[in-house]
Amino acid sequence: MAADSVVVAGAGQAGADTAAALRAKGFTGRITLIGDEPGGPCDRPPLSKGYLTGAVAPEETVLRPPSFYAAQDIELMAGHRVASVDRDRHTVCLASGLRLPYGTLVLATGCRPRTLPVPGASLSGVLTLRGTADAEDLRLRLSGSPKRVVVVGAGFIGLEVAATARGLGHEVTVVEAQPRALARALTPVMAERVVTGHRDAGVRVLLGREVTALYGDGTGRVRVMELDGGERIAADLVVVGIGVVPNTDLALGAGLGVGDGIVVDSHLRTDDPDIYAIGDCARFPSPYAGRHIRLESVQNATDQARCVAAAICGEPAPYTAVPWFWSEQYGLRLQMAGLTAAPDETVTVGDVAGGRFSVLCFRGGLLIGAESLNRPADHGITRRLLAAGTGPSPEAAREPGFDLKTFARPPAPVRGRAPVQERQTTPV
Amino acid sequence: MAKITYQHPNGTVTVVDVEAPNTVMRGAKLNNVEGIEAQCGGSAQCGTCHVYIDPANTLPLPAMDDVEDDVLYGTACERSEFSRLSCQLPVSDAIDGLLVHLPEAQS
Repeated sequence: MAADSVVVAGAGQAGADTAAALRAKGFTGRITLIGDEPGGPCDRPPLSKGYLTGAVAPEETVLRPPSFYAAQDIELMAGHRVASVDRDRHTVCLASGLRLPYGTLVLATGCRPRTLPVPGASLSGVLTLRGTADAEDLRLRLSGSPKRVVVVGAGFIGLEVAATARGLGHEVTVVEAQPRALARALTPVMAERVVTGHRDAGVRVLLGREVTALYGDGTGRVRVMELDGGERIAADLVVVGIGVVPNTDLALGAGLGVGDGIVVDSHLRTDDPDIYAIGDCARFPSPYAGRHIRLESVQNATDQARCVAAAICGEPAPYTAVPWFWSEQYGLRLQMAGLTAAPDETVTVGDVAGGRFSVLCFRGGLLIGAESLNRPADHGITRRLLAAGTGPSPEAAREPGFDLKTFARPPAPVRGRAPVQERQTTPV
Repeated sequence: MAKITYQHPNGTVTVVDVEAPNTVMRGAKLNNVEGIEAQCGGSAQCGTCHVYIDPANTLPLPAMDDVEDDVLYGTACERSEFSRLSCQLPVSDAIDGLLVHLPEAQS
């Protein structure tokens, strides 16, 4: 029997980190990590940023070198896919026909990009961005002479690609169907500041506009995008960043609960106690949202991997990690802590015009998160405050001179300064 | 190449050889040293690769910049005068033998 063997279906950040965390915690059983990307687990954040400019080399997008998996006795099956799960027999069947027994199965199947549901969406030059192959394709297409690049979707992926393409000298237009950018992710004040950064850089940002069709040049290459109202814009390259669809087929086929993600409990278990689901594909109860949500972030993938690895090693605990996310555009450092999309009150601290500020978000008078632009201390402190379930009141945050640094901690010893001798009481 | 020693909160140590141009953070990740998370992959965003440099250290380490200084405000364990982000510590022959202490938690 394979009671002490773990099979991980999906070798993205969540799957790879599960395998690594199991070994780091001393798990001695068999670990098999199965993923369809031929190169093995990759580091996704650079794929929409430095990889496209060449600042990050292809070998640097490997999450861990092949020697890591060998040294940790992790069986990495890259270029393979789990096709079905037989829960009664505790086996998975790969697309190749191979069967593997499992004691515990971890579904880390991730997401795939949504495609544009309009005529012409399959023309050459219409791309989505998810894995290294997509990024390599896009990098090559952005490496030549200046092109007219249209990015559909003003979410993080779309805007990071737009910033990178603009930085490479291309003519860039962003088309977003919602009336504002980053509507699912950011408060209006921060989203507007990000859009201003794009417009200042010469990117044309069209909000509240729908793409209705794409037209080719007769050889199958995209040339023109048509918007609602009939406006046509020239496009040599179209990058579609309009969200993702969770990969739930495997879970559905196994009869597990699914609904915009694989549904799990607070311990990240599916309906089957021997099967967990984590990362982008998992729909879990979030104490920060007060409901089931999916989160597409490295932080969530990593923390859920560690949570599941601990459970498999006999240390089960509910998943309560503070959500956080970061983005970089035009060198702007944008960081989010907590879930900030729907606060009922916000307080902005810092210098908005100077591009160094944070939006503190409250619901019912309690701090629920912060968005920070070039204010990394605010970001880190907010994560600590959220983890501790505390924070300033909105009234306190509005006081002139309010600073999270002094609210959260005694003055920290910094370079060249003597350490603080006296410990003060802190609210964290 | 440098020998880097990571001392865990319970006193046990992990000693690994790390090649340039890796960082002290990357050395821990490559060797699955528990206690270094580095959720942002080394971009000085997250503060989850926090280490305490051994107080007796005399090896030359690069000065801390403003971003690292700011990120260290958000570490899960209390910052001290010996706190650094291990992703900001490049490995070279000059730091062969470095001893760093891992905090109780990173997130």
